This record gives sequence, structure tokens and C-alpha cells, in this order.
Amino acid sequence: MSTEPPSVMLSSRAAARARRGAALRRFARSYAAHRSGMAGLVILGLFALIALLAPVLFPADMLDITKTVQNETLEPPSGEFWLGTDEGGRSILAVLAWAARASLTVGVAASAISMVLGTLVGIGSGHYRGLLGSLLQRLTDWFLVIPFIPLVVVLAAVLGQRGLGTIVLVLGVTSWPGTARLVRAQTLSVEGRPYLERAKALGGSDWHQMVRHVLPNVMPLVLANTTLTVALVILSETTLAFLGLGDPYLDSWGTMLDKANGAGAASTGAWWYLLPPGICVILVVLAFTLIGRALESVLDPRLGRD
Amino acid sequence: MSVLELRDVHLTYRTAAGPVPAVRGVDLTVDAGQVVGLAGESGCGKSSLISTVLRLQPKSATVAGQVLVGGKDVQTLSWSALRAVRWGEAAVVFQGALHSLNPIQRIGAQLVEPILVHDREATPRTAGARVGELLSQVGLPARYADQYPHQLSGGQKQRVMIALALTCDPQVLLADEPTTALDVMVQAQVLELLTGVAAERGMGVLIISHDLSVLATTCHKVAVMYAGRVVEEGPAREVFEHPRHPYVRALARAFPTIGDTTSRYAPAGLPGDPPFPDHLPSGCPFHPRCPEAVAQCPSVDVRLWPAGPGRAAACVHVDGAEVHGAGLR
Amino acid sequence: MAVTSPAAAELSDDSAPSGGPGGLGRFIGFRLLSGLGTLLFVLLFNFFLFRLLPGDPAARYRAVKNISAQDLARIRDELNAPVMEQFWAYVRDPLALQGISAWKGQPVWDLVGGRAWPTLVLLGTSTLLATLIGIRVGIRAGWRRGGSFDKVSTGVTLLFYATPEFWLGLLLILTFSSGIGPFPSLFPSGGVIDSGIAPLSMAGVVSIAEHTVLPAVALAVVYLAEYSLIMRASIVDELSQEYLTTARAKGLMDHVVRRRHAVPNASLPTITLIFLNIGFIIGGAITVETVFSYPGLGLLTFEAITEQDFVLMQALFLVFTVSVIVCNILADVAVAVLDPRIRT
Repeated sequence: MSTEPPSVMLSSRAAARARRGAALRRFARSYAAHRSGMAGLVILGLFALIALLAPVLFPADMLDITKTVQNETLEPPSGEFWLGTDEGGRSILAVLAWAARASLTVGVAASAISMVLGTLVGIGSGHYRGLLGSLLQRLTDWFLVIPFIPLVVVLAAVLGQRGLGTIVLVLGVTSWPGTARLVRAQTLSVEGRPYLERAKALGGSDWHQMVRHVLPNVMPLVLANTTLTVALVILSETTLAFLGLGDPYLDSWGTMLDKANGAGAASTGAWWYLLPPGICVILVVLAFTLIGRALESVLDPRLGRD
Repeated sequence: MSVLELRDVHLTYRTAAGPVPAVRGVDLTVDAGQVVGLAGESGCGKSSLISTVLRLQPKSATVAGQVLVGGKDVQTLSWSALRAVRWGEAAVVFQGALHSLNPIQRIGAQLVEPILVHDREATPRTAGARVGELLSQVGLPARYADQYPHQLSGGQKQRVMIALALTCDPQVLLADEPTTALDVMVQAQVLELLTGVAAERGMGVLIISHDLSVLATTCHKVAVMYAGRVVEEGPAREVFEHPRHPYVRALARAFPTIGDTTSRYAPAGLPGDPPFPDHLPSGCPFHPRCPEAVAQCPSVDVRLWPAGPGRAAACVHVDGAEVHGAGLR
Repeated sequence: MAVTSPAAAELSDDSAPSGGPGGLGRFIGFRLLSGLGTLLFVLLFNFFLFRLLPGDPAARYRAVKNISAQDLARIRDELNAPVMEQFWAYVRDPLALQGISAWKGQPVWDLVGGRAWPTLVLLGTSTLLATLIGIRVGIRAGWRRGGSFDKVSTGVTLLFYATPEFWLGLLLILTFSSGIGPFPSLFPSGGVIDSGIAPLSMAGVVSIAEHTVLPAVALAVVYLAEYSLIMRASIVDELSQEYLTTARAKGLMDHVVRRRHAVPNASLPTITLIFLNIGFIIGGAITVETVFSYPGLGLLTFEAITEQDFVLMQALFLVFTVSVIVCNILADVAVAVLDPRIRT
């Protein structure tokens, strides 16, 4: 039921904006009804805050090994170092906070790439019926067959240049097929709707159809899917870093675990070095997973969750 | 001697938006060997009513009143007693046979299953033989026991559902929209089957349909539901040909009889839609659409008043409004 | 007395069953063909992937000690040839059966062959564990959706799902293997078998089991979570199906309805999804074997990365990818066998 006063004459664009505002508010209300989704937002918010405030809470030279060399290495938690020290004498808590920046950045950046690629390929394969369409579809299906971690690992190894950019590129370029398949299914369903036939009959070009009609309909589900992709990317970055394929100058939770393993943390019982990075990964991945699932539930109530 | 008796049955669904009364006080009786029709459009509550007979209503629904199968109140039976009644004393031929059969199990296995559950002395061999008999009784070759549901046509699946309902020799058979989505020829055969079975076995049969003309020709007595209540009941032919309730009049006209010249000229259809159970009009729920509504309709609490021998209708225009206490219960 | 009419007999005699055993055979045939197509793509991809190598590929071989001079010359010629020539050479021998490992100097496929069985043991054990537990948890959670078991198990499951399996492995080593802390050194932390014992003997089997427990648990915990979520979703989808109402109406007990009707139907999409995710469990094996120094293909991959042995990496990548292709084909065939709607 509309609550807009009928006598007010709105321009079409203003009316569209008002409609979208109302739709957004409805969406926010439905989302808020999912307790797990709200929990995910809270956890993510916490980590985002820590990541932003890391340079303030833990000045950069706390990470400089040349400056921390006077500290005891691999010390258990104490009053001075709440989570103990690593093999370079650095406060693990400080490294943990800075690592949040790296892990979150890689997660979001790579997923953004994957989202763009996946959406492009997905809409293309759904929209173009002929050779191009089936080629894109084949490409997506074939890429889905290739096992993810081996591909990521090999690609990272082969590209040689160890760095943040490489990781983001590798992960972005390998995560798109899932999104593409989803987008293709959505494109097909959207294009089957009658109003698009009308748009076509009125002479709408391919580009116009795809951008003005398919894209807005597809975006919500793509965003939900991308949130889940971030979870996967963060787990993969941790794996890559652990295998030594990460950026050696960047502290991420994965490189922390790699260094911990290298320092023999498991056999010497340095649990304060092993537990925190893993727990952080779990919490952040869980947060993104909960948010993604809540988004999917709101967009497709048939999924019957929560 | 009644095999099925519904006494003042109410069914209310609990939803996020509040309680929704789908059935608001229905009385219905089916005797042995009798074919009773229950007519009404979608949303009138007939499918909800049927779900109470075997206590298949969703857990979120509350049921009041008595649902007596063979004299026992199904709603208050113990769990094991209920399971014995299910299929053993009352069986349902479900609407939409397309999805009412397990798609990955053979027909024969699905038919054998209730036999083995209810008959202690049955063995897989005797049950299999019985299945063969049942299939031929519904006009299907016995070899169809080896088929899967997707290999059968709609009409054949419906017959399988009927055979399935007959497996444990129930006293009452409920058929929920047995002819919907079937070709006309197949419809006739299915109805013939149902009525034949009732006569042969002395079973009580309750046929639910939105098609009043179908019920008129196959049933002994018919009850018409609107907005969760029975608005008219009586001998099937009479109700169809001389309806006393304005809604039933419109419903009957909506199904013109082929060959009957008068029905060609009669207006068909009614403006508006049946009310949603959560938004019922005051007084008589039909008054907003009723061509014969009068001033008192929105305030009168309509009940079934006698409208002739064995007839009743819930309308203020029915003479029985003057008669006190001589209801048709 | 049968109720028949001439029309009824006519109508009931149509539609002989279509397909049958021939249908299944044709399905498998088509599936293998499309699998072959995927394989060709993968081989092509494999070629291009490894041509992205930076720097002088032949230089890597100079470090290998036990490589002969002729082999070295041959390899240098191969690697420095123009791309088109390399491509034709690849097409003639895509599996690089003659490939020499730059790191060990041995033929690549000898190395791979020797290390295959521990990975099979590990993956087999963990998949079995994950399937047995995960499926049951998923069924129970989905059948009584919204109940307390569902809420708790879904929460725990999502937690496990977010866990890096190698981290879990490290924790397991820390707790059960290092002898520090509450538990004594219950399990070994490296290798697959104690040296000197024959693998196929009784003592050998015990030793292998001892060494496999911790890594298998590390892998299984994460994948059990995934299988549980998938099965739960499948069961929830089945809950609304009408044939379950029919089953209840027949007077069947609740667990019979679940076991005999809901679960078989729900298993079909579950099998497909589980097989489709095989690629991830293979990836998990790489890191878990590394953590446990478990001498399988996963550890070999890690070593190949560390030593920058691209020929070995290429062979391993091929093995992993082909395994996934084969698993996908098996998944489709399994569903075709189990779902009569497909094969008839």
C-alpha cells in the first residue's frame, strides 16, 4: 500500500528514486530480521574497525623487526604482550591487527574483480544466444571443473612475482566462474520475462537491454554471491600465504601461520602464535558467510533458512 | 450409520500476521455407501477441512470440534491409534497426483507399502498379488506395478492414487479434486470408478470439487462451502437445479449443461473474488458480491436454516429464518 | 468384480516404458564424450598456463645434480624452441611422459606414481568420515528444521566450514602429537608409516592408520561441515513435497517416512553437489599433507612449488584436474543410475 500523497506531482526520476528508497528500507528491515546476518555484520564491523585503527593502536615500528629484536622471542602472553611475541620479538597482537588490513583488503579487492568478470561473462553467456553465448557458457563450465586450490597455487607459483597485486589478481581471476553461472541463470530468467520482449520490440539494443534491464535485476543476487566469494577468497589467501606463495613483506594471517609453522610453533607448543590468526580467519570468514546467506534468504525467501 | 462425521469443525492457521480461520464451523456426515460432494472455489476451506480427517493439518494449525471416523475422534486419538486409522479406516486420493507419488519408487512398491504396514498377516507375495488385483480393478494392467510414476499419464496416475487409497479397504474415501487437470473422457471414467467402488464395497465417499455440475451427477448429497462455512446442502441434483443460496445459484450457472438451452442464456460468473480468510466481511460473508443482498445482510449472523426436506441454506431469504430451533443438524 | 469399460482398457494400454538399459548406456556414452571435451580444454589450458614462466626456464635445470649432460642439452633445446614448435611437441606428448623433474632429476611420472597411494589413503579416509557424519547430521538438522538440534548443528557447522584445514592440523599436532600440554604424544606428527615396516603387513596397516588419523580428522572436520549443509538444504527442499504427505497419510511412522521416502530423494542433488566439490578436498590435501609431512601428492605439490619445479607441477596439476573430471562423470553416472527419471 503506497503512503505517498496522491496529489503531489513527482518527476519520473524522483518517483523512481522514492520507489528505490522505499524498497531499500524494506530490504533493510527484512535483513534485520535475520539474527545470524546481524551477528555477521557486527563481527565484520569489529574487524573493519580494528583494521582501520591498526596504525593508530599499534604504531608501524612495532612491526619492524630491527626495532623489536631486543624483545624476547616466542614468549607466551604476558602483561606487556597480551598475545605474546613472535620469532622476531614483535607483539603478536600488533601483527594480528595489521594483518586484518591485508586479509580484508585482499578479500574485498579480489572479490570485486571476480564480481565484475563473473557478471560480464554471465550476462554475456545468458544474453547472446549464438556462438558467443555458448562459447562463454562452455568457458564457464570448463573453468568450474578445474580444482580451485591447485589452480590458484599453480598460477601464483608460475607468475613468480610475489606481491599483493599478484595475489589479488590470481584470486580474482580464478573465482569468477561461480558468479558467472549464477548470473547466467538469472539473466535467462530475467530475459524470459514479458517486459523485456516489449523492450526488444521497441528496438532496445543489446547494450541497452543488458545494462538497463538485466543488470539491475541481477545485481542483488550478485552482491549476495560476492559476499560469499569474499569468504572463500580470504580462506584461499590464507592458504596461499601459508604455502609460501604470499607477499613476504606483507603480514597477513596466512603469513603469520606460515612463520609460526616455520618457527616450529606446533612442536614447541606456542599456542599463542597459532590460535589467534586462525581464530581471526574463522571469525571473518564466518561473518561474510552469515551475511551472504542472510542476503540470499532475503532475496529468495524460498531458501528456507534461519 | 455414518462412517465420517464432522461436528462443528474449526481450523485456524497461525501465521506471522495473526490467526487465519480457514474453517469456521462445518458439520458434515457421510454414511456407508453414500457419495457426498463438497463444492466450493479455491480458498473456501475445503482442502483444509479434508486435512483434518487424517490429522494431516500442519502443526501450526489449531483444530476445534470433532472429526469422527468410524465413531472415533481422530484429533484426540493416540499416535499409534491414529496411524491405524490412517489408510486403514479412511484414505485420501490427493489432489495433483503428479506430485503425490514418490518419483523414484516403483508403483508396485508404493502400493504394497500400506498393505504391509496395516495387515499383520500380509507377506510381500500376498501383498504383491493384491496390488495386481487392485490395479486391474482401476483398469490398469498389472504389469504397471513395475513402472515409475513419470512413465504414466495424468489419468493413469490418478487411477493409481485411487488404487492406493483402496489398498487397506477403508470405510471412508476422500477424493480431493479427483478430476481437475484431467481430460473430459478420463474425468468421466474416474468418477465412474469412484461411485462404482462406493456401491460395491459399501464405502462412504466424499468428493471435493469446484465443479458443481460434476458433483450433481455423481453424488447423492452435496454441500457447498464459502468462506469457511457450509452455505447450502441437500440432495445433489436438487441443489444444482434449484439452489436456494445466491452464491450457489451463481456457481451452478457457471457450469452450463451441454444441451440445455436455458443455461446458454443464463448469465455466468460473479463480480469480485471470494474473501481472504483473514479479511472476512461482517455478517454474511457473501453480501458484498450478492445480487440479492438486503439491508440486514452485513449484520445478520447467518446459519444453515432449513429450506425444504433434507435441504438447508445459510441465507436470510430462506424461509427457515422464521423457524426457531428446528435446525438441520 | 473389476470396473472396466472398453474406453478404460484402451486408455490404460498406451505408453510402453521408454529407454531402459539402452538409455543408461547412451547416457554414459554421451557423458564420457563431453568429459573428453573438457579434458582437451584442460590440456590446452595446461600448456598455456605453464608458458607464463618468467625468466630462463633452462637455468633451473643447471642446479640439479644428477642430471646427465645429454638430458640437459635436450631440455635446453626444447625450452628455447619457438612457441609453435613447443606446442606441437606438447600435442604429441601432452602428458609429458618423458618429462624430467628439474628438482630431483627423475622422470616426473615416477615421482608422481610413488606418492599416489598415501594421498588416496588420506582422501579416502577423510571422505568416508566426512560423509558418514556429515550426511547424518544434515538429515537430522533438516528434518526437524528450526529445532534445537538444527540451530546448534548449523552454528557449529558454519564454524567448521570457515576453518582452514591446515590450521586445524597444526592445532591437532600441538595437542595430540607434541607431548606438550594435557595430552601425551598420542600420534606421530610426520610421515605415513614408520620406517622399516612393510606397508601391507599387519604392523604396516596399524602404523599407517596411526599416521593417518590426525590429518584425516583435520580434513574431515571441514568437509563434514560442507556435506552437512548440503544435505540439510536438500532435505528441507523435500519437506514441502506432496508425496511425503501421501506417505504420512498411509500411516507410516515418521522415521520411516524420512528414511524410505525423503532421504533417497534428497540424496540425488546431494551426491551431485558433493562430487562437484571434490576439487576443494583435493586442495585441502595439499596443505594438510604439508603440515603433517605426509608423503603424498599434496606434499609433492608443495615441494614442487618450493623448488620451482614446473614440469612436476604441470604433471601434478594434470593429475588433480583429471581426477575432478572423472569424479564429475562418476557423479552424473551415479545419479543416472539412482534416478529412474533419467535412465528411463
